[in-house]
Amino acid sequence: MSEQTRLRVSASPHLAGPVDTPTVMWSVVASLVPVLCAAVWFFGPSALLVVAGATAGAVLTEAAFKKATAVRDGSAAITGVLLGLCLPAGMPCWMAFVGGAFGIGAGKLLFGGLGQNIFNPALLGRAFLQAAFPLAITTWPKTGLPWSSLRGDNLAFPFTSPQVIDGTTAATPLGVMKFEGGVGLPSVMDMLFGRTGGSLGETCDAMILLGGAYLVLRGLMNWRPPVAIFLTVAVFSGILHAIDGALYQGPLPMLFSGGLTLGAVYMATDPVTSPITPKGSWIFGIGIGVLVVLIRVWGGLPEGVMYAILFMNAFTPFINRATQPRVLGAATKGATS
Amino acid sequence: MSATARDDLIRGVWRENPVLVTTLGLCPTLAVTNTVANCVAMGLATFFVLVASCYLVALVAKWIPGEIRITAFVLIIATFVTVADMAIEALAPDVHKALGAFIALIVVNCIILGRQEAFASKNPVLNSVADAAGAGIGFMVTMLMMGTVREVIGNGTLLGHRVLPASYEPWVVMMLPPGGFLTLGTILLLIKWKKVRKPAVADAPAPAAAASGAVSGGSAA
Repeated sequence: MSEQTRLRVSASPHLAGPVDTPTVMWSVVASLVPVLCAAVWFFGPSALLVVAGATAGAVLTEAAFKKATAVRDGSAAITGVLLGLCLPAGMPCWMAFVGGAFGIGAGKLLFGGLGQNIFNPALLGRAFLQAAFPLAITTWPKTGLPWSSLRGDNLAFPFTSPQVIDGTTAATPLGVMKFEGGVGLPSVMDMLFGRTGGSLGETCDAMILLGGAYLVLRGLMNWRPPVAIFLTVAVFSGILHAIDGALYQGPLPMLFSGGLTLGAVYMATDPVTSPITPKGSWIFGIGIGVLVVLIRVWGGLPEGVMYAILFMNAFTPFINRATQPRVLGAATKGATS
Repeated sequence: MSATARDDLIRGVWRENPVLVTTLGLCPTLAVTNTVANCVAMGLATFFVLVASCYLVALVAKWIPGEIRITAFVLIIATFVTVADMAIEALAPDVHKALGAFIALIVVNCIILGRQEAFASKNPVLNSVADAAGAGIGFMVTMLMMGTVREVIGNGTLLGHRVLPASYEPWVVMMLPPGGFLTLGTILLLIKWKKVRKPAVADAPAPAAAASGAVSGGSAA
């Protein structure tokens, strides 16, 4: 009997490392805990309600259409938590749930599940919510409200409109740049540590960079796209700022405002929807950086990180093909035929 | 009505539905189905142009040289589109404004050219009219399905009357172009899903496969 098991034939790979998909996925969830803590610190119980709504939508959809055990790999939970973190605090829970369900349902399961999707499911869920409920998703609660108060009508009954309370909303730094000419823009330190308006997880850039650094040090994250995005945005906005400092914001406010850090660290590094080659990762990151500045400076919307990443997701298969390394010993391109 | 003409009529409504099975005429199906009123106007206009032009094509087809038949068909279609365009503008100016260029674009709706090329130019007048009416009804049915879903979810109304409570939060996306793709995609998905499941449940050779194999038509618009 033991002879039989020793002579078992199977396809490669024959050696399995200790790092498997659930390990990677749950490590990413663990690295998001500081970001989540910062969100709760700044936005109170509303943060937990919105993130819980989005995560429930994502995980339940995955469980409904896949075997219930499929949710154990944690990929649906990441989608839900990330989606929750890029929504405003005052969003009703049911809308967050719909976004999570759409992101997983249309963004991932329709393509065949984990590893098959073209677009980042969390961002697709957010893009859907942006198109479906444009008012709710651009209602940014003011900072400095009592900690335990809800920042909006989080508990609105499913499918009913949220009640809007006047005087509790404020512009985000990007909104100030876009619509008020940069007058009253918060300081860079406030943007870095999260004392500004914005989506739940995007305001405290320091915690996001901490989580990203942890993943890079453990070797679980491709560091090239975020670095390429930060460098591109810094250089591009630096050039614009040098041309006309009054009209264009400098690199630091551009880097630390809005969802750039969250998008660059957690969305552009999604192993499924970003290129797998090092050269491709740089092209991908530079493309996102250029698009972010283009949309923020000349586009109609104040923020462009979501659309920039989704746009470059569509190019990922082409980037992969174009940057495919030459097989050792194979003919070089010019020498074939 | 003879048995074959009745068959020609019924075939286009569901089994060879021009939108859902042959995926023709997607441009108006996606673009103007955001309200039921638009769907009714667009469906009626297309039905009129389809039936009238197929009738005329079936009458004169044998005198049109093969080399210029497409030109002749398009001229015939354009004549009836102009009639429909002016009639809608006179009868319902608001709807005319909402539909915009899409009424004029009926000229290039490939359901119409498809039925003429595939059927009306080779068959007797009665069968051609029945076939065109079937395709027209099938188009209208699909448009109304799309319009109902999109208007109810996207605005909470049906033909302008509120059907969902006032506290309902409209899903604006369903009234926008993406809503057309989402609705059509969902309908096609459900139909395909039913077709795939059917043989497994009945445990018999799939009649659906034979039907889709017999579909006449070209590529999507």
